[in-house]
Amino acid sequence: MTEMLTSDLDERFRAAAAAAGLLDVAYDVFDDTAMGPLLVGVTDRGLCRISYDPEPEQELDRLARVYGPRVLRSAGPVDRVHRELDQYLDGKRRAFDVDVDLRGQPAFYLRVLGELARVGYGETTTYGELAARAGNPKAARAVGTVMNRNPVPIVLPCHRVVGANGSLTGYGGGLHRKELLLRLEGAI
Amino acid sequence: MVASVPPFEAFYERHKTEVFRFLAGKLGRERAEDAFQETFLRALRAYPRLEHGEHLRAWVLTIASRIVIDGARRQRPQGELPELAIEDVRPAFEELAALTDELPPKERAAVVLRYGYDLDYEEIGAALGSTSSAARQAASAGVRRLRADNKKETQQ
Repeated sequence: MTEMLTSDLDERFRAAAAAAGLLDVAYDVFDDTAMGPLLVGVTDRGLCRISYDPEPEQELDRLARVYGPRVLRSAGPVDRVHRELDQYLDGKRRAFDVDVDLRGQPAFYLRVLGELARVGYGETTTYGELAARAGNPKAARAVGTVMNRNPVPIVLPCHRVVGANGSLTGYGGGLHRKELLLRLEGAI
Repeated sequence: MVASVPPFEAFYERHKTEVFRFLAGKLGRERAEDAFQETFLRALRAYPRLEHGEHLRAWVLTIASRIVIDGARRQRPQGELPELAIEDVRPAFEELAALTDELPPKERAAVVLRYGYDLDYEEIGAALGSTSSAARQAASAGVRRLRADNKKETQQ
C-alpha cells in the first residue's frame, strides 16, 4: 500500500509556511487574467514581481537570488494583489494600493521607477520626459532599459511610457499587451 | 563547483512525496500529516543557513526521522513505542553526531542514520541517493574508522 500525499495537505503546508512568516517570497500563478497567465510574487514588504512568463523556473531562481531562497507557491499572501489586478483589468480600479518591494534595484532604477509611479491612469509620457524627471534628461535610452526590466509591470505602469513620436515603441510583455492596457485606460 | 541552494519550491516539490511516504510508513497516515508539516517547517527555518544544495534529500529525511523519534519519545508515557524504542536520556543520534564529527560526510551520514535513527540500509541508501549495499559499506567503513580512531586515542 502506498500512502499518497494529498493536495489538501500540500496546500495546508503552503498556508502554514506563509502564516509562520517563514517565506522570503510567496508567489502564485494566475492563469485566468485578461493579460494571460501572470506570475505574482510578494515579500513581507510588498509586491516584488509580476511576470508575463508563466514558466517559473528561471523566475524562481532570480527571486531566490534577490530576496532569499525561501521562495514558495502560496496563494494567501498574493490574494490581495490578485484582487486588485482583477479589478484593474475589469476597468473597476484606477490605482493600486499594494506596497511595492524594490529591494536590490540600483539607485538610478529606483529614481526612474519612483517617477514612473507618478504617471497616472490614462496618461502617457515619453522616455525622454521620464529621464528628465529622474534628473538625467539625456538618459532616454537608459530609461528604456529600466522599463524593459520593470519588476512589477502593470502596477508600476511602464505601459504608459511611449516614444517621442507617439509610437508605442516596445514592451517587456509584448506590444499587444501594451496596447491592451492603454486601450483599457482609454489612453489610445 | 558546488551547487547552490535551489529555491525552496523546487526542493519541496522534489522531496515532498518521498518524505510523506517515509512518515506514513513510520507513523500511519494520520500522524504523518502533522509530522509532514513539521518536517518542512523545520526545513524552512534552517534553509537560509544551508551553504550548498548537496545531499538535500538525506538532509530532509534526517529531519523527518528526528521528528519520528521526538514523537516516539513524547508518546512513551502512554506505553506506545512500536519501532523506535529509545532508552537513553540523551538520544542516540545526538551522541553519535558528536562522536562522528570527523568522519567523511557519507560515512558519517550512514552511521548516524543507521545507529542513531535506526533506519534500515534500504532507507539510508534512498536518503543518500545511492543503494542499500553502498549504504551498508559506508556505515561499516565509518564504524571501522571510528574504532581505529578510538584505538589511536587510547594508545596515546
